[in-house]
Amino acid sequence: MLTAAEWEAVQLSSRVALWATLVCLPLGVFVGWALARRQFRGKFLVEVLVQLPMVLPPVVPGLALLLLFGTQGPIGRWLEQSFGIVLAFTWKGAVIASAVMAFPLLVQPVRVAFRMIDARLEQAAATLGATPWDAFRSVALPLALPGVLAGAVLCFSRSLGEFGATMAFVGNIPGETRTLPLAIYSFMHRPGGEAAALRLALLSMALAVLALAASHWLTRRAERRLGYLDSQAPRA
Amino acid sequence: MLSFDLEFVRGDFRLQARAELANGATGICGPSGSGKSTLLALIAGLLRPQSGMLEFAGSRLVDVAAGVFVPPWRRHFALVFQDGQLFPHMTVHDNLLYGLRRREPRQRRFELSQVLELLEIGSLLARRPAQLSGGERQRVALGRALLSSPRLLLLDEPLAALDDRLRQQILPFLRRVKDETQLPLVYVSHVLAEVGYLADRTLWIEDGRLVQRPDRAGDFAERPGAAGQPVIRPA
Repeated sequence: MLTAAEWEAVQLSSRVALWATLVCLPLGVFVGWALARRQFRGKFLVEVLVQLPMVLPPVVPGLALLLLFGTQGPIGRWLEQSFGIVLAFTWKGAVIASAVMAFPLLVQPVRVAFRMIDARLEQAAATLGATPWDAFRSVALPLALPGVLAGAVLCFSRSLGEFGATMAFVGNIPGETRTLPLAIYSFMHRPGGEAAALRLALLSMALAVLALAASHWLTRRAERRLGYLDSQAPRA
Repeated sequence: MLSFDLEFVRGDFRLQARAELANGATGICGPSGSGKSTLLALIAGLLRPQSGMLEFAGSRLVDVAAGVFVPPWRRHFALVFQDGQLFPHMTVHDNLLYGLRRREPRQRRFELSQVLELLEIGSLLARRPAQLSGGERQRVALGRALLSSPRLLLLDEPLAALDDRLRQQILPFLRRVKDETQLPLVYVSHVLAEVGYLADRTLWIEDGRLVQRPDRAGDFAERPGAAGQPVIRPA
């Protein structure tokens, strides 16, 4: 059904999206929690920075990444000299580009999820002998789990569709950085490529619907496990 | 046993409290907004005072001038909130054992079976908090606090979210806890009758000041809507 080049794009996209989600998750949970629970200096700045990629033209974060992490950029040069890691024009760079663009979509639901938890539950845990980390792990995080799952699926889906920042930062190299959207774009500009472009476009749509359905299912399941649905039933 | 001299300011509200409490049950009575819950949170270590000190059983837990502040999880003062604050994602069984599992075995004072019997909650173990009635929830919250083997039990309006009939049902349990465990406890309520029923001595709190004798005695009117805030809203 799909040609080798098309499969390559699908597999690459999945790999990039999976890694981007894994990179975003720990940081996203921490930032979402901190924004919901803590008051700190520069909080507004953090909020703006987190949300910025969502409202900027995607090519702008891509350019910023190129200037910072490119082979000539300060961080890129340091990474290459110290660890031999090259991000520019590699699939690892595509992961970073996707992660930056998808991060706000993870943080938002996580933050809302933490905010909806009564802070006194963590206080109760503290008076019962739980350290802050223990209370986070045993009370806050399990209660926020539906939000974290929903955020992770959104993050994954957004990464699958990342186009502008990826193009600007790592280009459009077949087998290395040509993800699904870039492949569609390339096929559109090739004579006779319309059919392939359409196939991949339909596949993207199917993947997106699948991801949203998975998010919905995971959220419902987690909510039921946490007893949210029970609480709407009449009380004994 | 417990002595403190604390000052806490937030916005327009100022709390000044100084007392030395002996063993047994101390009741603190006062109207809504007078600072009762704030005082309990300060004792529990959930709030930091701007100045002052707090001592328990001869050890200094708070001394602002000396930079001493023992965090709540090392004080072992269990706090029972007015709406229970049971962990909604855990069964009653896991709620009860939450504090016990965080206490070293040699410091544990009660066994699960004792507490189940004392509070008559043995049949509820497999349930989730959402499946409990208000009275059951408060009994489980009390059991969870006891099983953490607290050195001091703090009760913040534990009956305020209940109707009259349930209050009458729970009060004897509180009395039983007090008589059978001999735990020192601080009981906060705006209902003088509750405090009088349980406490060996009563202090009053008015406009953020702790006093030995009130200007006016009797029950304080509860501000509408002050009690029973929603714990978890469905996502």
